Amino acid sequence: MKKILACLVAAGLFALAGAGIAFAQEEAAHEAEPTHFPIHKPKQEDWSFAGPFGKYDKGQLQRGLKVYKEVCAACHSMNLVPFRTLGELGYSDAQVKAFAAEYTVQDGPNADGEMFERPGIPSDYFPSPFPNKEAAAAANGGAVPPDFSLIAKARGVERGFPTFVFDIFTQYAENGPDYIHSLLTGYDEQPPAGMEIAEGTHYNPYFIAGKSLAMAKPLSDDQVTYDDGSPQTVDQYARDVTAFLMWAAEPHLETRKQTGFGVMVFLVLFAGLVYLTKRKVWADIPH
Amino acid sequence: MSGGHSTYTPTTGFGKWFDARMPLPRLIHDSFVSYPVPRNLNYAYTFGGILSIMLVAQILTGVVLAMHYAADTTLAFGSVEKIMRDVNSGWLLRYLHSNGASMFFIAVYIHIFRGLYYGSYKAPRELLWILGCIIYLLMMATGFMGYVLPWGQMSGWGATVITGFFTAIPLVGTWIQELLLGGFSVDNPTLNRFFALHYLLPFMIAGVVVLHVWALHVVGQTNPTGIEVKSKTDTVAFTPYATLKDAFAMILFLAFFAYFVFYIPNYLGHPDNYTQFDSLKTPAHIVPEWYFLPFYAILRAITFNIGPIDSKLGGVLAMFGAIAVLFVVPWLDTSKVKSARYRPSYRVFYWLFAINAIFLGWLGSKPAEGWYIPAMQISTLYYFAFFLVVMPVLGLIETPRKTPNSITEAVLEKNRGGSGHLAGATAVPETKG
Amino acid sequence: MSANDTIDQNRRDFLYIATGMAGAVGAAAVAWPFIDQMRPDASTLAASSIEVDVASVTPGMSLTVKWRGKPVFIRNRTPEEIKAAQDVPLAELKDPVARNANLANDAEATDIDRSAGEGKENWLVMVGVCTHLGCVPLGQQGDFGGWFCPCHGSHYDTAGRIRRGPAPENLPVPAFQFISDTKIRIG
Repeated sequence: MKKILACLVAAGLFALAGAGIAFAQEEAAHEAEPTHFPIHKPKQEDWSFAGPFGKYDKGQLQRGLKVYKEVCAACHSMNLVPFRTLGELGYSDAQVKAFAAEYTVQDGPNADGEMFERPGIPSDYFPSPFPNKEAAAAANGGAVPPDFSLIAKARGVERGFPTFVFDIFTQYAENGPDYIHSLLTGYDEQPPAGMEIAEGTHYNPYFIAGKSLAMAKPLSDDQVTYDDGSPQTVDQYARDVTAFLMWAAEPHLETRKQTGFGVMVFLVLFAGLVYLTKRKVWADIPH
Repeated sequence: MSGGHSTYTPTTGFGKWFDARMPLPRLIHDSFVSYPVPRNLNYAYTFGGILSIMLVAQILTGVVLAMHYAADTTLAFGSVEKIMRDVNSGWLLRYLHSNGASMFFIAVYIHIFRGLYYGSYKAPRELLWILGCIIYLLMMATGFMGYVLPWGQMSGWGATVITGFFTAIPLVGTWIQELLLGGFSVDNPTLNRFFALHYLLPFMIAGVVVLHVWALHVVGQTNPTGIEVKSKTDTVAFTPYATLKDAFAMILFLAFFAYFVFYIPNYLGHPDNYTQFDSLKTPAHIVPEWYFLPFYAILRAITFNIGPIDSKLGGVLAMFGAIAVLFVVPWLDTSKVKSARYRPSYRVFYWLFAINAIFLGWLGSKPAEGWYIPAMQISTLYYFAFFLVVMPVLGLIETPRKTPNSITEAVLEKNRGGSGHLAGATAVPETKG
Repeated sequence: MSANDTIDQNRRDFLYIATGMAGAVGAAAVAWPFIDQMRPDASTLAASSIEVDVASVTPGMSLTVKWRGKPVFIRNRTPEEIKAAQDVPLAELKDPVARNANLANDAEATDIDRSAGEGKENWLVMVGVCTHLGCVPLGQQGDFGGWFCPCHGSHYDTAGRIRRGPAPENLPVPAFQFISDTKIRIG
């Protein structure tokens, strides 16, 4: 029987190796005209909110909000995030109110049955820069800019075997942020010779759904002024706005991880107690 | 229920009064206190208990989520996000529910594989096994419909693909699909009925679980030796022995569950489901929830026509066949010996089957292209060969190892050398109330 | 029973009690989120403060706005209405307490304490829900020219105080303030 098993294992390994070679050849063949995207896997970055004790860096979130407001918000809405939650970024109630008031929100109907515009209040949500989806598509060459409320959880490149197994133990859950950061900083690479890039699209080897996307390079150095002395580079902008988007997508991340620590400690201790009790009860019974 | 006569004796006046009118405490005492279980059950046998608390956890979290959820295509996605952002502890309840479904399936798969290893489906436990298969089917239906409710891209497209299976049925296929969807595509009527059914089915599962436990208590547990209980020394009382062991395993399982909920809550989900369903735009690569992946691989393995059956119908038949074959397992296995512990050759095929099932799951997550397709076909072939060839044939040609005469003998054999324990063996009957 | 047995027994009891206690604590901790989720959520609480422009409400006019899902009556009272309310001796009132969230709990139900205060006596802001069983009273009706609840016949006067009928309390005045001469923030 052992022999059969050994043979089977050997056959299995052989098949896997063969498959691996076939796979590698396939990859190589598609260098110029890739069929699998993204062309490059996202670069793995260090995030303050990663890991079991991860926390958002409030200064970074504030900078990210600034980048979002001054750059991204021109095209991307964030219609699930209300202004009132910006208090979590370290702003006072008055600051949140003032921030909300900088936006114009449609409300109504008033007593005359007319819709009217008014300054935003904290309970309003980040408005869309376009009146509707069709207008958004028309203004952007047919591609609707996605809403950003959940973008950091709605994107993620598959990790592949065996990395996805290790991810359970390393608690890697930053697929979204890594992807966004890589995409934002990935515009400077040139397409390999012979690759055709469709008119009106922009090559980016980190784009998840093709070799190029409709959005042009959105960030450039010194585009947004930081008050806290952080470097005004594309990389820093990308990092900050990514962290902000992660907060927008998962505002309760810190509470979740902190609660989790307490729960895990309790469960381990409780398991220990129950195990001792069980052992005591079973002490006289061979099993 | 089993064991013949009841050992319950009410001591208080009220207890006697109650027992004479409605012997519920007697039923509980006989089923969960004095009920005898084999003394040699290992931790693989704790998953029944784990499954029952998972069912309760899913129903509880589900009921409170339903207090905030809106089953309407324009509101569903936003209402789930409202739960995640605004509802007090909403993120926790929602992550518990979504990860709880996965944990439920992890537990049920271990439970099923334990049954296959120790031959738990063999006479006289065929009905017990079939009831379990029905629970598994109901769980799949519930899980699938629950995944539609957040109304993300995977929800909508998953529902489209899965209801599309039925269009493979000749003549009435399209009619059945439209009946399920309540329209020509996945839309508001679909969401409404899926919500209603997703709320209903768990209670039906609970009902079948009662039957499952009833059937179990009539015939009693199997055990790692596969030998039936012969005397009182073979068993211990359910409480405190099995309850404490189950409790310990449950807490470990809950810790595993909590790890996912608090640290990697989206690991088992798909990013695309955080984008609202758009009926005009299919995601590049649709995959079902992980617990359906082996069946999804089997579906896609059939890329060729088989006589009059085209590949589409063939795939659907293979997929449903992969589940249907479970129902007849008690009659496919011809071996006289129950436990794989005494069946060395079966054990090899069994572990190959387990690895193959995981491999099929991995293939299910891959696109149907390149070498994945032949791999899916080979794996599918082994899946069916295990049930339809290995089980019947191996039972006839294999020479099993010698089985012990009784559970007690097996236990004493195992503990020989650990002298302190042996003396206690005689104490066992005393612990039985 | 030997001494050893006793020690062992004590240790065993302690273990059982500790395990049971830990289980109880765990069960209570699990129960909390299930109760917690029933409380008003963050979006509900955020919307619980509204600003109302009352520039167009001239004396003798009323405005009904929705606050926390309930109607709030904002009335610019005429001098006659104020006079009628001021002339009522406190002893005649069924409920002598102001029920004004902006004042102390035991403030008396004088007309000034029911209104928006010094200089704003003409403004009356109150939650338009009958204190009997929750119907919405009709304005400028009933025996006292104030509000009248058609459900069970409660009469309120021009300061919204209960004068006759089954309702036990005056109509409650919510927390509010004038943030400018023509704008009121409620909540």
